[in-house]
Amino acid sequence: MTTSTYTIVKAGESRSFPASHAFVEQAAAQGASRVFIGQEAGSAFAAAGELGACPFVAIELGQECLGVHTAEARGHEGSNVVGFARFRLGRADPTALVELVRQPQTSDAAIAAARAAFEAAGLKVAVCADFPGRIVDRLIRPYLNAALRRLDEQLASAEDMDKTLCLGLGYPEGPISLLERTGLAEHHDVTLALYQALGQEAYAPARRAQVAKARTGR
Amino acid sequence: MSEIKTIGVCGAGTMGAGIAIVCARAGFRTRVFDLNQAALDRARGQTEAFLRKSVERGKLAADKLPEIMSQWSGSTDLADFADCDLVIEAVFESLPVKHDLFGKLDKICAPRTIFASNTSTISITEIAGGSGRPDRFVGMHFCLPAQLMKLVEMSPGLTTSEETFSRAWSVCEALGQKPVRTQDTPGFVLNYFLIPFNNDAIRLVEQGVAEPADIDLAIKTAMGYAMGPMELLDLVGMDTQKLLCEAMHGVTNEPRAACPPLVKRMIAAGWLGKKTGRGLLRYADSKMFGA
Repeated sequence: MTTSTYTIVKAGESRSFPASHAFVEQAAAQGASRVFIGQEAGSAFAAAGELGACPFVAIELGQECLGVHTAEARGHEGSNVVGFARFRLGRADPTALVELVRQPQTSDAAIAAARAAFEAAGLKVAVCADFPGRIVDRLIRPYLNAALRRLDEQLASAEDMDKTLCLGLGYPEGPISLLERTGLAEHHDVTLALYQALGQEAYAPARRAQVAKARTGR
Repeated sequence: MSEIKTIGVCGAGTMGAGIAIVCARAGFRTRVFDLNQAALDRARGQTEAFLRKSVERGKLAADKLPEIMSQWSGSTDLADFADCDLVIEAVFESLPVKHDLFGKLDKICAPRTIFASNTSTISITEIAGGSGRPDRFVGMHFCLPAQLMKLVEMSPGLTTSEETFSRAWSVCEALGQKPVRTQDTPGFVLNYFLIPFNNDAIRLVEQGVAEPADIDLAIKTAMGYAMGPMELLDLVGMDTQKLLCEAMHGVTNEPRAACPPLVKRMIAAGWLGKKTGRGLLRYADSKMFGA
């Protein structure tokens, strides 16, 4: 598939592209598609007017669902607009993963065009439906919370827990070390948002994350 | 302290076959028991294929292969375990099945023989209680695939003697594995985290959040994991995952450990994972990991 040209509309600080990246550098001044990035990407999309002729329109998402910007309609929602976020854990650098969000009736052509654009810049694309936490946060936040709780319960020392999970499952980094590196307070914010959205206990911030958040607020 | 020379492995499934490779490769006489002769034949074939691959990759000297295979013997008769110094059980995650097996072994094996369970979820103390020798019983949980992963979770039960634990620890090191001491709590360390994590991944499929291949791609790319949860589940097998869930949820009542309905439907459909060519993903072959 030929990659569609795209224009980037920057609206605030982008969490996906905080620094120079091929995806941003390959953008055109007058591209056929439109990519809104930054904290205010949704507002910029709302102010952009009619974009139905674009091969794809992509809105950078934070914790919110794509439907917040495109609206929802009895399960029939969807158009040429997709959501996306490049995954990064707390303070860590963005990874190569782009979670590409579709709504029930989002066109396959728009997904394919957006995927091609991201992949042309060396990124890897996983497509997911429009749910809070998308794929990675939905899976790893309960795991990280459980690790913090088990540390409190003295299942094992932080070092032994990390070592066991790395040796036993081939993980490159154990959960406690990972949270120390990327930020316990940041974990608190993401997992609290998921807890409020999903109402499931597994997402409720673990005690150690609450403490870290309280300390950063001093 | 008597020396351990002969190790029995009960169960010729994925875990049992892998543990037997570890034992034979380390120079121990290795007896493998399974009720099913076809399972034993398959395990032997997989073992040879794995070792051949190890030779091709330069990880094993060619003349070692026949030597290791000569240490490996399979049997459908537990009586052939009479000379074992250590027996490692790797059968279904079912307490009655394990109690029945160890009850029989207790009558066959010498009093000095140490019994170990590769259980990943059931209490070591509970299994030991039905073994006839609770003081000479220990948990030795190998990781999947055992022939490649070094970690062994070593768990004493409440009744395990220090001497038994110490001997089992020494054998584990002699096998070339890396033991870590864990508490006798549901799932120990690894499965306490892994079983709910994998269930969460299955629930994302059930809820239509993402396709299995996208979930694996996302986790591997974002977290740097060698395998995605779908690949790992297919390697473990849906039938085993269900048993793991039932064992862990039965003790903890942890909602994330409850078996997702999709797992039960897949078992009914025969989509057990890599071993049947189809699980959450599809497979062209059912070769052992690393073979």
